[in-house]
Amino acid sequence: MKNKKRVVMDAEGIDRSLTRVAYEILEKNKGLEDIVLIGIRTGGICLANRLQRKIAAMEGIKVPLGILDITLYRDDLLRTNKKPRIGKTDITFSLDNKKVVLVDDVLFTGRTIRAAMDALIDFGRPRLIQLAVLIDRGHRELPIRADFVGKNLPSSLWEAVSVNLTEKDGVDEVVIEMDSEE
Amino acid sequence: MNWLIKGARIIDPSQHIDDQMDILIEEGKIVKLERNLSSSRKKGLDSMELAGLVVTPGLIDMHTHLREPGFEYKETIQTGSEAACAGGFTSIACMPNTNPVNDTRSVTEFILRKAAETNLVNIYPIAAITMQSQGSALAEFWDLKEAGAIALSDDGKPVMDSAVMRRALEYAHSLGLPIISHCEDTCLSSGGAMHEGFASTELGLPGIPGIAEDIMVARDLLLAEYTRSSIHIAHVSTAGSVRLIRDAKNRRIKVTAETAPHYFTLTDDDLRTYNVDAKVYPPLRGKDDVEAIKEGLRDGTIDAIASDHAPHALTDKEVEFEYAASGMIGLETSLALGLRLVAAAVLTLSQLFEKMSTNPARILRIPGGTLRPGAPADLTIIDLQRSWTVSREAIRSRSKNTPFIGWGLTGKAVMTMKGGAVTYDELHNCHEHPRHS
Amino acid sequence: MIFERKDILGIKELSKDEILLILDTADSFIEISTREIKKVPTLRGKTIINLFYEASTRTRTSFEIAGKRLSADTINISTSTSSVVKGETLLDTARNLEAMNPDVIVIRHSAAGAPHMLAGMIKQSIINAGDGAHEHPTQALLDMMTIRAKKGRLENLNIAIVGDIAHSRVARSNIYGLKKMGAQVTVAGPATMIPRDIEQMGVTVYSSLDEAIKEVDVIMMLRIQIERQHQNIFPSLREYAQRFCLSKKNISLAKKDVLVMHPGPINRGVEISPDIADGPYSVILDQVTNGVAVRMALLYLLTGGKA
Repeated sequence: MKNKKRVVMDAEGIDRSLTRVAYEILEKNKGLEDIVLIGIRTGGICLANRLQRKIAAMEGIKVPLGILDITLYRDDLLRTNKKPRIGKTDITFSLDNKKVVLVDDVLFTGRTIRAAMDALIDFGRPRLIQLAVLIDRGHRELPIRADFVGKNLPSSLWEAVSVNLTEKDGVDEVVIEMDSEE
Repeated sequence: MNWLIKGARIIDPSQHIDDQMDILIEEGKIVKLERNLSSSRKKGLDSMELAGLVVTPGLIDMHTHLREPGFEYKETIQTGSEAACAGGFTSIACMPNTNPVNDTRSVTEFILRKAAETNLVNIYPIAAITMQSQGSALAEFWDLKEAGAIALSDDGKPVMDSAVMRRALEYAHSLGLPIISHCEDTCLSSGGAMHEGFASTELGLPGIPGIAEDIMVARDLLLAEYTRSSIHIAHVSTAGSVRLIRDAKNRRIKVTAETAPHYFTLTDDDLRTYNVDAKVYPPLRGKDDVEAIKEGLRDGTIDAIASDHAPHALTDKEVEFEYAASGMIGLETSLALGLRLVAAAVLTLSQLFEKMSTNPARILRIPGGTLRPGAPADLTIIDLQRSWTVSREAIRSRSKNTPFIGWGLTGKAVMTMKGGAVTYDELHNCHEHPRHS
Repeated sequence: MIFERKDILGIKELSKDEILLILDTADSFIEISTREIKKVPTLRGKTIINLFYEASTRTRTSFEIAGKRLSADTINISTSTSSVVKGETLLDTARNLEAMNPDVIVIRHSAAGAPHMLAGMIKQSIINAGDGAHEHPTQALLDMMTIRAKKGRLENLNIAIVGDIAHSRVARSNIYGLKKMGAQVTVAGPATMIPRDIEQMGVTVYSSLDEAIKEVDVIMMLRIQIERQHQNIFPSLREYAQRFCLSKKNISLAKKDVLVMHPGPINRGVEISPDIADGPYSVILDQVTNGVAVRMALLYLLTGGKA
């Protein structure tokens, strides 16, 4: 019943990773034309906001930002009685022909991203979709990969990875801990 | 059949007896009712040891619906009789709303013939007041009486036309035939599905106001007074009716009244689950009405308890509440529900049996209701301590429409004897198998 | 949060928390109806049957759209086209439908208690779309959602419900819901249309429109059912309109930011004058929009696997 908790990334580490990711987005896309950021609720929102600020600091341009709630597109929704709260989706601009950079905190099985892509397609026809995550912890169950990764964090299935951010959790840190087994 | 019944507690309201006594029965009649009858063996005399049990004059249900002829899918005279003797009844009176309506001698004779064939209960046909109970043309009262009808009623419907009811009361009175009135102002009750009150407001069901009954009770009492005749009010359910009947009795109007067990056991709140088995006419009323009914029983305003046994098949009941047929069976639960009044100190045992045997016999002017020597040997043997649960499987009526399924009750008729013959026997686990001492 | 119910039969048995959950969930469904592609795959492969024994365009269409926007297969059965015409009982109809294994059955019926009868007999989830004069839970939920959206809250608002209260399932459901959420409710109508003992539901009763709407935040006008006139409950529509029609003459008695609501369909000039129905106080069309969202929310909350 031990909860071994390790901090694998501190505030500085997170900040440096995000800065690098922002540069990588600019580099890969050769600039900001038609770029939009979509943060996946809930972990991706703060990160998308931070990326938007960093890019603005670098290039002086505020990239359009939207929030996507993927609850209704989940593939496991009707399999349990637990009905997760549906959050607001807020995308006020058209996605047609845009280069969408999806932003999430942890990439794990890939199912969340699959759901996010289905949702985006219902909104319009992006020219392309790229994925930026802070942590890639492996164990993919679908053929999904990230274009921009803050940190690769090999993990075991019995571990839980959490990204805590000041805006919502009061502190910036990435934590990995052993799930207490029965 | 000849019997010597020993050791039981005899409760006979007609003789104010509540004592341990023995009964000697010969040729289907009561010969002696005394303490410590000698058990010297006469030829052909069987004896029964009933210590710990109560013996009363055979219970009489003066308001039942046997449904035959015409509605045999709900009940027949055979199945109704089986239900009756299991409920402890030795005599029952059956209402005329059969198909055809019992408004001619041929239907009355049919019923009596069927009753003789089954021979489990004394069946007394009540014939209709008006032809087809339509409320306008009087039926042939004398012919019906000659055929064997013992009372008249249009039960199921009121006689709305006061002029018709007046003539009915006058004519019936001259023939010595009791008129049993179903009191309902159909203009006020029309469309209603349950008692009008807070429960009906919350359930969104059209209501039947209590005054629909009270108004007709008042009318009938005044008609009885004016025509100097007598009248019996069926299934009293409201406080208003009780008050009117009490005042009328104080004014010496010749009125008798009955109520049914559900009117002192259930209220309109028991319909909140849209339970069709509790849908009945008159409808289950409010708490105040139930208290008034109990008080009416206690102070003698209400003379009799009658089940208004109204079988309905599943097809009649298993539909939307508003469309479901009204009525519940009652022959097999009547006694136990009446005993709850004794447990609640509303009535004494003697008063209960007075209302379930002695008074019905008097009102209908039929034999029974007493254990006086010379009376028919109609007896009900009751185990007051017996605990039992009302279960669908055990119901002998052909229809099972009762809201009391699942109820745990105390007190049961364990043997019924009609004219000296055992018609129902739980003590020995089969019919007509007497215990020899 | 786990929504434990199998059926939505009425507001009376819902807790305040359950109502809040439904309203909050409905809020998130509003946005979907504004998208280009008004569909989410959430109930894909689920079957919803709308079993309507009473004529209804508005409610039935609303349920149909709600189901379809959630990608469910929705089927409409209305009595004129069904085996009911051939005399099949409600129970048999339901059992036949049950055998086809739908996920939800939405039922509207003129007999109070009909949905309860079904809910006890068949295993699918039942949504009551209106049973006689008893309850119309989805209407009350969308009404509460509309009020909350405009006023920011439901507690301590003064709400007047006006019309044929005795025969109104909308009134009953709204009374239960609004009281649970902390509002004060007044009912008004001709004396013959006020049901017995309704004060016991915790409402104030008036028999005049003007008294009822003094300083209220919300006025809910109910439809007068013209078909009922032959029951002698009220002398004439003309007299009803003269005494109970909401119009410029009396609307000023209410608060300046009063909301005017109506479950529809409106009898213009009888319950509401046309200029009020189409005017700035009216949120009648918001009610319709919110209706789809509320019904989507209920379908979402009711369907789902067993844990």
